[in-house]
Formats: sequence, structure tokens, C-alpha cells
Amino acid sequence: MVQRIRSAPPRYWLVAVAVLFFAGFPTVATSFQASQWAQVLILAIAIMGLNILVGYSGQISLGHGAFMALGAYVSAVLTHKYKVDVLATIPIAGLVTGLIGFLFGIPALRLSALYLALATFALAVVTPSLIKRPVELTGGVQGILITQPDPPQLAKDAFATVTGTPMTSDQWIYYVTFAFAVVLFWLAWNLVRHRPGRAMRAIRDGEVAAAASGVNVAGYKTLAFGISALYAGVAGALFALATGFVSPDTFPVALSIQLLVGAVIGGLASIPGPLLGAIFAYFLPIESNQWVPAQTWIPSQIAATVVKAGPAVSYGAVLILIMIFAPNGIVGLANAGYTRLRRRLRGAADRESGHVPPDPQTV
Amino acid sequence: MTRIGSRLAALGAALMTLVACGGSATPTAQTDVGVTSNSILLGNTIAQSGTAAAYGTIANAENAYFTYINNQGGVNGRKITFKILDDAYNPAQTVPLTKQLVEQDKVFAMFSGLGTQAQTSVRDYLNTQKVPQLFVATGATTFMADEALHKYTIGWQPPYQGEARIYAKDVIANHPNAKIGILYQNDDYGQDYLKGLTDGLGSNTSMIVDKESYDVTAANVTTQLVKLKASGADTIFLFSTPGFTIPALITITALHWTPANIYLNSVSNPQVYMGIAKSKGAALANVTSVGYIKDPTDPQWANDAGMKLYKTVIANCSTCNVLDGFNIYGVAVAYTMVDVLKQAGSNMTRANVANIATSGLNETNNPFLLPGVVVKTTPSDHFPITQEQVITWNGSGWTLKGSLIDERGTIK
Repeated sequence: MVQRIRSAPPRYWLVAVAVLFFAGFPTVATSFQASQWAQVLILAIAIMGLNILVGYSGQISLGHGAFMALGAYVSAVLTHKYKVDVLATIPIAGLVTGLIGFLFGIPALRLSALYLALATFALAVVTPSLIKRPVELTGGVQGILITQPDPPQLAKDAFATVTGTPMTSDQWIYYVTFAFAVVLFWLAWNLVRHRPGRAMRAIRDGEVAAAASGVNVAGYKTLAFGISALYAGVAGALFALATGFVSPDTFPVALSIQLLVGAVIGGLASIPGPLLGAIFAYFLPIESNQWVPAQTWIPSQIAATVVKAGPAVSYGAVLILIMIFAPNGIVGLANAGYTRLRRRLRGAADRESGHVPPDPQTV
Repeated sequence: MTRIGSRLAALGAALMTLVACGGSATPTAQTDVGVTSNSILLGNTIAQSGTAAAYGTIANAENAYFTYINNQGGVNGRKITFKILDDAYNPAQTVPLTKQLVEQDKVFAMFSGLGTQAQTSVRDYLNTQKVPQLFVATGATTFMADEALHKYTIGWQPPYQGEARIYAKDVIANHPNAKIGILYQNDDYGQDYLKGLTDGLGSNTSMIVDKESYDVTAANVTTQLVKLKASGADTIFLFSTPGFTIPALITITALHWTPANIYLNSVSNPQVYMGIAKSKGAALANVTSVGYIKDPTDPQWANDAGMKLYKTVIANCSTCNVLDGFNIYGVAVAYTMVDVLKQAGSNMTRANVANIATSGLNETNNPFLLPGVVVKTTPSDHFPITQEQVITWNGSGWTLKGSLIDERGTIK
């Protein structure tokens, strides 16, 4: 056991640090910051789903906001109308959305990349209007308010013992989100390391070659769509819970774009990528909109224009920078930096003798 | 083993730090959060980017009025700080931004938050936290009518339903044989208007020959207008937002259609919008609307004391267009806010301020409103403004017609 821990590659330590960080975060931060980071984790789950679809199976989706909307509404309607416990609705929302996503994946098979992007984009555009129609069910434009649950007594007591202050419902929702995020990230990690992940990557890199090697192309492509939608559905349900309110305007087209930008910035086809991408996708528009006007050196006219254009400006700028300097996202950048560092540290002697150390095993 | 030992020790130390820090983050309970002996902090969320960015100037105009008041020494010696955050008209952003203002910035009250869905999404939260949600910038009836459940929430502008009832009165009185066609936005905003008109028409609802709706995401409303024309309607109601009203007015003319009457809702009637429609070929014949605020482009107010004050105030905002109707709206509602704070005097608690705003207002001297308009609330009536006056378009501006019509008490 000790031997295994000793020989664990550094990424395992990173995972442990990340999990401990997220587990301990609400005990040091304010309830408001916990609610912000809950939103980050929710985005991370949705982006992870998109990452499985785009990064691993090579299909583009500009409509994942629509799947989030579906998950959110399944959860909200069950909670509000049928009085189902809100926590129980989250996996249900995931499964329903996953099923719909799987079905959507079947016609998607016939579309090549560009047309698939358009079809999913249309889904994102039409969803807010569709939600408005069955007023009885969805509350129409008024949306549905969800009462945020109080933390259970056990969690309350445990939290109070650690921090000395009672747990707020925002903090409880943070931990619920965190639990889902851990499970879903672990599942994704397992998925991409094993047969389905290899099959998806094979399809992404060469559909004909994959088919020739006996990979069920249609099956894995629709599976990727289904799993991806499941992630988005769970994220949507958590989003409804964390926001306490769903309405058609909660899921604009911009949300789908935000998810895709997050996936690209973080790094496609990587497991930590979605988390990093989510941090950027969440904080970038908020911080830049508050930061830009506060800078006295930026002429007020430019600042006003930037603020007026909203998150699009900061997204655009960062996206361009990332594409130029780190085409594989933050994770790609970190990997490249780490490899260089290792070479430099242990390679001095090797370089003299002309011996190049083998690349570390990558997953 | 030593390596692992040291790593674990480091982790343990980090965890201990986490735990230790946690103990100190105790929130301090205070009844007058956001108020000190020389300052009052107010918060606001509004669309300053995205599709509804045109509204964003309202908050800047409100800030201009607070600056004006601060330059005169503030309210009872307290200067007002106004923190504006952009929610891009998306309720999902309103929630975290409002939480930020309440929990992190510790505002005393939220003032003039914009958007029906956006403000609905935080109404329960703010009432649970007992943070006043004052004078929300929406005419949705629910913000005034559902006061019993939300003691800390109040609207300001006339409810859309009341406005539509005034149109109903005007139609019945002046055009009893009208065949009514309605274009409305398919959301709470358009439906509120539709309900008001239908209720106001009462037994005359058979006058409505056709109603067509469009979604906010629609590209244009041409199809709907063609249908309305084909239905034989001669009196058109436009319950739309300016972005759709302007093209609708142009399209009506392009269809070689001259309805006997066009009723335009108050949201769409600022002269700036009429000017755009006119410049693009809209005939603008027989157009009727209502107003309750002085129009900065109307020459009849050129020497009016209120209008002069408005121009002095708005000079404090470098990005504000003095002729924009949204700006005088912002200044007028800020005037009421300052009035409430003055009335609260030394009792600057959230409960007291919310109570004055929702049940104890009687402002007869707001200089930016039409003469005679009263901003009033009582323990049993939570509709601050209910009076409006019918106005007709004279080709270059609005002419006030008749006298103020009061819908107080008709909307429940």
C-alpha cells in the first residue's frame, strides 16, 4: 500500500489536493463565496459532459444549454408540482435528459460536423420559446421558484463542529453539488480510460479506420450524446437548485456558447480541463465587467463600450489568446510546462550522454 | 516513508489552517446593515449589456440624482453610495449578483432592479433576508398586488394592467364601433397588458376581432401584422417592446394600411423611438398612448422647473442622453427613493424603510412627473402610481389630452 502511494504519479496528488480544497472551501469562505463556487462546480459538470462529446467523440454541440434547461425543468416541475424531494429529482433529471440526448444522437449521426453544430444551435435557440408553451407545466414566462432546502441535521452539526457557525442552505447546496461533481468526474475518468473512451477517440481521429477495426461507430456516437446530455441534465437540475429559480430566460443561447468556450479554454479531451474551464467561464465575465470600469487608466469611453458589450468581449479576447498561445487549453499549457521542467531537472546529465528519458506514460 | 510523512504533515497543516480560519468568519448581526453615520449603501442589478442593454442608462441616471443629492449634503447628513451590477437581463445572473450585494457588499436595500423575471427570481430571497427590494423597474402587477406575501417588495411605475384599462376606457368612449386587433409580446409583459385591456373592455370584449402574439426571440412581426390587417381590424393595439414597436409602425405603413387608431404602450412611446420610426417611413397617423412622466423632448416643459432640475441632475452622468425618456424615469424614481430615506429620518432600519415605501408614501411634489400625479401607498393599497393621461401624436410630439385618469383600486 505504502509502496503504491509512494509510486503514485503526481497527478494523483493533484487530485487529492483539489478534492481537499473543494471539501474544505466552505469552512473558510463566506456563504456567498460557497454559492459562487457551487455554480463553478455545476458548470464544470456540464462542461465535462460537453467534453466527452466534443473532446473525446469529436462531435460538436452548440446546444448544451438546452439540455441543461431540460434537466432544470424536469427537476423543478417534479419538485414544485409533484412534491418530490428535490435531491431525488437530480438523478431523475439526469436520466431523462440522458435519454432525450441519446434519442437526439440518432438523427445527429447523419449530420457532418458543421451541420450538427447548426442543428444543436437551433435546439438552443428554440428551447426558451418551447418552454413557454405548456404554461400549466412550466409556469410559462413566470418560471418556477424552488425553495432551497435546509441542510439536514447531521450536516448542520458536523459543519458547526468544524467552523462554529451554522450551515446555510447555500453551503449545503455546495456540498451536494460537490458530491455529484466528484462522482461524475470519477465516472468520466473511468469511461475515457476504458473501452468506450478508446472507441470514442478512435472514431474522433478516423471514423473509417475505427469502423474497420470493429468499433460500433453509430453506437458509440449516440452513447456519447446520451452520456453528455446526462451530465448536462444533472448540471441543469443542480443549477435550478442553486439558483432557486428557473425561467426561459435563464437558459439563453449564450449559456451554450459559455459551455463550449469553457471546454476549449480548459482543454478538450482532458479530465481536469472542464474544472479549469468552468472557473474561467464563470468568473471571467463577472470579474472583467467589474474590473474594467474600476481601472482609471482605461479611457471611460472604451470601458463603457466593453461593459455594454458584456461578457462577449472578455470571452473573445481570452479565447483568441488561448488559441494563439495554448491551443490545447490550460491543461495543454500546464502539461507542456511540466514536461519541459522535468526535462530540465533530470535531463542535464542525460543530454550530455545523448540519452533521452522516455516520455511519462500518458492516459 | 519520510517523504510521505512530510507530505501528509503539510496536508494536515493546510487542513488545520482551513479549519482555524473557518472559526473567524462569523457574520456580525446588525439591524442597520449598510448604513453608517455618514453613508447609505444601495444596490442595483440591471441590464447594461446584452439584448436589453438600452435600459442600462436608467441606473446611471439614478446615480446622477444621488450624486446631485450628495453634493447638497446627502440625506440627513448621509451620502448615498449606489452600486450597480450588470445582470444582462438574465435571471440566472441576477441571483448570484443580488447575493453578492446583500452578503458581500452588505447593501442596506436593493433599489430599482430591472426586469420582471429577474426581480421575481430574487424576491423570495430578499424577503427572507428582510432586505428591502424597492421600486423595481417593471410594471408587472404582481409586484404591487402580492404585497401580503412580500412585505419588503414594492414596484413604482403604473402597472401595465392599469394602463391597458385606460386604453379600454378611451376606446369605449371615443370609438365604440372599433374592431380591435392586438399585437402582444408573448410573455408576462404582453399578457399583463392583454389582461388589463380585456378586463377593461368588460362586456365589450367582442370588439376584439383578432390577437396575435410574437416571442421576444422573433426576427420580426410582419406575419402577425399581415394577419391583423386581413382580420379587418381598424384599431390596433401594440403591446410590444420598442425593438418590435418601431418595425411594427414601419410595417403598418409599408402594408399600405391606415388603421383608424393605433394605441401604443407607454414603454414604446418616448419621442426618440417615434423619431426613428418616422425617419424610416412610418406614417404615425392616429397614434394614441398614455404618459405619466414629463417628456424631455416636449417643448411645453422647456421652462418648467422640474425639467430644468432634471437637466441639472443629468449633467452628473457623462454617458446619459438628456433626451432619453429612460433617464428622466431614473431620476424620477430616485427622487421617490430619497423621499423615503428622508421620511425614515433617524429610524434607518430596513423594516421601517420598507414599511414607508410600501404603506406610507404620499408624494405629491415629484417634479419629474406630470402635474397632479401622486406617488402614494397605504396599508391597504400598494400601487404607488396609478394615474396616467391619454396623449396623441401630433406629427412632431405628444399632445396631452383630457385630464389624468386614475385606476386606483381597479386592479387587485
